[in-house]
Amino acid sequence: MPFIPHTQDDIAEMLASIGSDSIETLFDEIPDDLRSGRLNNVPPGLSEMEISRLMMERAAQDGFYQNFIGAGAYDHHIPAAVWQITTRGEFYSSYTPYQAEASQGTLQLLYEYQTMMASLTGMDASNASLYDGATALAEAVLMAVRSHRSSRRILMPQTVHPVYKKVVRAIVSNQKIDIVEAPFCAESGRVLPESLEKFDDEEFAAIVIPQPNFFGVLEQVNELTDWAHRKKTLAIGVVNPVSLALLTPPGEWGSNGADIAVGEGQPLGIPLSSGGPYFGFMACKNNLIRQIPGRIIGRTNDLDGKQGFVLTLQAREQHIRRSKATSNICTNQGLMVTAATIYMSLLGPDGLRRVAEHSHANTMDLLQQLEKISGVKKVFNSPFFHEAALKLPKPVNLVLARMKEKGILAGFDLQAFYPEMGDTLLVCATETKTAADIQNYVTQFEQALK
Amino acid sequence: MLIFEHARPGRRNYSQAPTTTASTEGIPDQFLRKKQPLLPEVSEMDTVRHYTRLSQKNFSIDTEFYPLGSCTMKYNPRACNALAMLPQFLGRHPLAPEDTGQGFLACMYDLQEILKDVTGMAGISLAPMAGAQGELIGVMMIRAYHESRGDHDRTEIIVPDAAHGTNPATAVMCGFKVVEIATDKEGNVDLNALKAAVGPKTAGLMLTNPSTLGVFEENVTEMSRIVHEAGGLLYYDGANLNAVLGKVKPGDMGFDVIHINLHKTFSTPHGGGGPGSAPVGVAKRLLPFLPVPFVSSENGTYSWVTEKERPQSIGRLSAHMGNAGVLLRAYIYVRLLGRDGMNRVAEFATLNANYLMAELKKAGFEIAFPTRRASHEFIVTLKDIKDKTGVTAMNLAKRLLDKGFHAPTTYFPILVPECLLIEPAETESKQTLDAFVTAMKEILAEIKEQPDLVKNAPHTMPLRKLDDVKAARELDLCWKPDA
Repeated sequence: MPFIPHTQDDIAEMLASIGSDSIETLFDEIPDDLRSGRLNNVPPGLSEMEISRLMMERAAQDGFYQNFIGAGAYDHHIPAAVWQITTRGEFYSSYTPYQAEASQGTLQLLYEYQTMMASLTGMDASNASLYDGATALAEAVLMAVRSHRSSRRILMPQTVHPVYKKVVRAIVSNQKIDIVEAPFCAESGRVLPESLEKFDDEEFAAIVIPQPNFFGVLEQVNELTDWAHRKKTLAIGVVNPVSLALLTPPGEWGSNGADIAVGEGQPLGIPLSSGGPYFGFMACKNNLIRQIPGRIIGRTNDLDGKQGFVLTLQAREQHIRRSKATSNICTNQGLMVTAATIYMSLLGPDGLRRVAEHSHANTMDLLQQLEKISGVKKVFNSPFFHEAALKLPKPVNLVLARMKEKGILAGFDLQAFYPEMGDTLLVCATETKTAADIQNYVTQFEQALK
Repeated sequence: MLIFEHARPGRRNYSQAPTTTASTEGIPDQFLRKKQPLLPEVSEMDTVRHYTRLSQKNFSIDTEFYPLGSCTMKYNPRACNALAMLPQFLGRHPLAPEDTGQGFLACMYDLQEILKDVTGMAGISLAPMAGAQGELIGVMMIRAYHESRGDHDRTEIIVPDAAHGTNPATAVMCGFKVVEIATDKEGNVDLNALKAAVGPKTAGLMLTNPSTLGVFEENVTEMSRIVHEAGGLLYYDGANLNAVLGKVKPGDMGFDVIHINLHKTFSTPHGGGGPGSAPVGVAKRLLPFLPVPFVSSENGTYSWVTEKERPQSIGRLSAHMGNAGVLLRAYIYVRLLGRDGMNRVAEFATLNANYLMAELKKAGFEIAFPTRRASHEFIVTLKDIKDKTGVTAMNLAKRLLDKGFHAPTTYFPILVPECLLIEPAETESKQTLDAFVTAMKEILAEIKEQPDLVKNAPHTMPLRKLDDVKAARELDLCWKPDA
């Protein structure tokens, strides 16, 4: 019996202790007419050897591609130590650290994670993570509305990841929160601060500021943040954590810094794996800490005065507050954060900056070579970080299909979300790509355009 | 010591990042960070040693018995991890074309079909990333269903007082008012309270069955009739599905929407608090509202079903498709168990719980619902002990840590005073359960002979009892170099 250790003798002794003659009797409180029949669509069990064969065949079917797609999930090198330590049973198979004395490993690690994320984002505090980048943004919107009190409207630029916008709408729409879209400039690919003048007389709880935005373009974050603060509107930064080794952190945007920073944690040591599990991060300024959703770890002392760590501010959470909680969230993405913390520790400030720089330099290199091809042109004229949109002279889906045949996933077709942009490809070359990989891409691309 | 305290300026790992410098050409100075972030400057070995040592300060299923009620801490087979981490699965970009992921999509499709059969529901979406998100999505579908019928006055969700805190918190997030109903002496939902609570405002009832009191709701069919006749829908919180896996299908009990905690019943790892995964299942009338994406199959080719095909879908609740890696682990687990193994899960989880309940009763502990069968879990109440000796459920929980056992769930459900909710899970042997009973007996003796020993527990952990009040009053959430 897979994973069930009972011997016949054990079963007999246990039933005798209970005073029952069969295991079946233990289900006698369930009405007979509810008992299910056979599970017809569940196949018979496999041995580990058999399931290994099946899974290896299915994995082989999917194969390996050279990946140049970014669009919110990025292919970075993950040091071997990250997942070897993360999947140690003591991290992998432990529960939420409710019993602090028996969970100091996880709790201290989360405190270290909070320290790293607060510093990376330039904020005062970080929670212990949320589900993913998209839901972290939705939670930031809810948090802004809770703290603003008079407005339930959010200004959302069209340069925010289009799926994040959908997720935010799905989550907050039942709470009577309005999402107002702010357009971007077709030449620069970013929100022009002067274009917000038309919203000067309207009240918003928050503006969302992506950096870099979905096109890879750098927004004028200082001006946008100051515009928000002049109107007593909160500024929510949506950022790529790897970029923050290089770019000004949200906490330093404008005169006073953004109020909340959120984003997708995947680039910090989490494999792409078809979209999850990843983790969302959230950091904020001191005045918002009691509004932050999810778990938070605090440092304290034990009875002997020794330093230790506990879950804190639990009075915000669902298991205490029930219907009055700040959110229904109970898990964070503990194991993903374990990996990210080990990743950041292995890279350090210098290593993470090099990853960011090389990813940017590789994308620059690729773009410069592609732009030499007739009809291929960068769509936007603004500074960007490690990802950019290209206009193609041929249908993008055709080019992508041809590149795929050569083993290259050449980028993301922006028409899926921005049909008005025509044949436009979003492309990203991280530090994992060599000069030869980039050369191969360019060669195949020329062929594909013929 | 914190990782930051191991650091020395200028120390770095030459093999883990590009060694050459690269240009940041094209990024104007105004966008660049001026001060480097506070990440530790440590060697690779420092990191490995530090986090290995931290891991050793944790209890885990791999190292201890973990009878945490309503959390189903069963063994997490290593094969599930190893095979979900095959390099092709890990390397696949979420936006890669469907035809480069047919192997992965086949696993997802098979998992949907298996979960349909096990739950008796008409459709499954694997998208929700945790139990609480599964609940949110389930309640959103209830709302979307009523709204699609122009039934806008249904503003209330009924929740039993024994429910998880996520139930009421979720209903509020969906814009509903929560109506709480009481439990009767036998641990069932009070049917009269339910009858009094339903009406034209009822959108639905959220129910966990077996309940968090460790008993099967015997009147579930009657409850289903009452709620449906009032025009409401029935929501099944799958937190305790392990107790009835293969024995009862939520669909047969009349439920319209369910979520399944894969990190409980399907043995995906808890990971120190996530990632979870909580597929939702629906009855036929709710099919149009399922969250996207999910997988369909036509002539052996798998593809994503999106908003295009399902315009009434409540939409997307994550950036991609949910926690794919967790879903793969669950898939491998169900294939290892197979049809017969699935039935045995509920059987042996129930056998273990009833055996442990019987033994603890004989040892002198008070069982909260002594006339009932245990489901896969049961409640011991220490109210009497507390009244006589001052020793609380939390004291006993901490003392168990000293004896090498993780504590059961304490103070939940809130309606039983000084409670311990104990769930042994099917993967534990009789010998482990016996050792736990021995430890509980020892503690009972200690409570009589030297209660202070129990009140001041734990004594053998890396730390003694921690000061929660100080943590909340003098917030220290980040390390600071000069503090």
